[in-house]
Amino acid sequence: MTQIFAYIPHQGGVAADISFEFPEAAKKLDAAATLTAVVTGSGADLDKVANSLTSLYAEVIKIDNEALAYPNGEVVRKALVNVLDANAIVLAAHDTFGMDLCPGLSIKMDSAYVADVVEFEGVDGSLLKTVRQELGGAVSTHVTCDIAAGAVITIRPGAFAPVEAGQSGAVADKSADAGDLAGKRRFLEIVEAEVGDVDITKSDVLVSVGRGIEEEDNIEIAQELAEAMHAVVSCSRPIVDAKWLEKSRQVGTSGLTVKPKVYMAMGISGSFQHMGGVKGNPFIVAVNKNPKAPIFQVADVGIVEDILEFMPELTEKVKSL
Amino acid sequence: MEILVCVKRVPDTAENEFELNSVGNDLDRDDLVFSVNEWDNYAVEEAIQIVDNVGGSVTVVTVGDDESEEVLRREMAMGANNGVLLSDDAFEGSDGKGIASILKAEVEKGSYDLILAGAQADEGAGQVAGMLAAMLDLPYASLVNKVEVGEGKVTVGREIEGGNQEMNEIDLPCVLSIQTGINEPRYVGIRGIRKVAKVEIPVRSASDLGVDAAVIGDANAKVKRVDYFVPDLGEGAEMLEGSTDEIIATLIEKLKSKGGL
Repeated sequence: MTQIFAYIPHQGGVAADISFEFPEAAKKLDAAATLTAVVTGSGADLDKVANSLTSLYAEVIKIDNEALAYPNGEVVRKALVNVLDANAIVLAAHDTFGMDLCPGLSIKMDSAYVADVVEFEGVDGSLLKTVRQELGGAVSTHVTCDIAAGAVITIRPGAFAPVEAGQSGAVADKSADAGDLAGKRRFLEIVEAEVGDVDITKSDVLVSVGRGIEEEDNIEIAQELAEAMHAVVSCSRPIVDAKWLEKSRQVGTSGLTVKPKVYMAMGISGSFQHMGGVKGNPFIVAVNKNPKAPIFQVADVGIVEDILEFMPELTEKVKSL
Repeated sequence: MEILVCVKRVPDTAENEFELNSVGNDLDRDDLVFSVNEWDNYAVEEAIQIVDNVGGSVTVVTVGDDESEEVLRREMAMGANNGVLLSDDAFEGSDGKGIASILKAEVEKGSYDLILAGAQADEGAGQVAGMLAAMLDLPYASLVNKVEVGEGKVTVGREIEGGNQEMNEIDLPCVLSIQTGINEPRYVGIRGIRKVAKVEIPVRSASDLGVDAAVIGDANAKVKRVDYFVPDLGEGAEMLEGSTDEIIATLIEKLKSKGGL
């Protein structure tokens, strides 16, 4: 029987949202498989997380060690290799920790690796069929993975429906099996994001700009529209990478999470990393000159125009209201 | 410090509107514009800046066909000292593990203190650098947005959720995957490209490298892309059409009703 293990990310004694999504993903992967949660950490926080998981998983494995107090990909990998069956299927989140842990884990477990899966479409023999995206979400692909000798698979947070609590599982302590956890990488500290002059998380209306703004000088065009709409300017990652706006203006999984009423996506392609920071089901207006931009699949209203021409005209009309 | 940077030639997401071919199972590859993977430019820039500070050399390497030579030259025009092309029909269809195995063979031919790669490329997996590190038993950090070189170690910042930065100390040699925004990659002009146009770039085959044949190529790939498709995601946005004036009039009404104005 196929064994699936879900590696549970957690912080401050609370399991990440994706721990509600692994059971659905595992069911779609192989409905006959057993599913076990695996959680690593240290002390009271770990116990709190492990106990909370028993309402979602029939079995929860905890690995407690001071070296695991902060999730360090190298150290967690050693613990998992020592505790898990080599032919297991390991599910993890495609988040910044999963990306750190999983490629190397697949090598050490001699397993296949598939990253950032958004859907499972069944197993044929030992070939698992998955759905991924490529080229920044512009196209989807079917990818098969030979799981006969095990697999490490990261799933995209939010891609699978969360399940309701309904299990009454038990926690198994496998701390003694973790082995030598000495590593060559040592965690030092977390440097918190700088707070900017404007708090984009507090604004009901955001005029958010992406690559379509083309040049630094054009940011002003978005600022004028935002002013007319009593809104605030936010942006996608490339604008911050280019240093045209502060990091504190960035919306997305690697930036800030916003919950506006209206989100004006101006020249933003709409990658999942960006849209992952847009919560609360706002009314999304997308303007992009590329009619194939993924943003049009998630927006409420779409307009195929060049933002550099469209925004000034919209600004004028809004001002004249 | 001897630094190896792994780069890749990819379809340029800023220059292409991706469409499927007439059969609907692959990208329409006519007129696709290719360039160096965006993340890789940041990795090469970081390597050049480190060498400018502490001395050493930067080598860029890629696994690909003849056309991949152009991305090596571009990175050499930025300032990388050497380029190496790993190319063989036997490499075709390799999965991430296969590519990492090929790179591992090249790494073992040299003596590198630091190996960099872009945090991800066109396929969005972000897998090869982490696999390479594990194969070499070297420490690894992904999504790196700060590097400070110390004595026998580096201090690196990793970009984590919420715009926070996770600081780590890592022993050298190590492998790092570099996130965009870590630096501002220098501009490469025609003159720069011309300067390196004649530099010889060695090409290494599977036998030159002594790669284990059992892990490379399509036949040994455990992970395979079957096809491309465009998912049916329901209705999507209501597209506003007409003259710009008409569009704006409709948009303003909608914005008013949704609290945008």
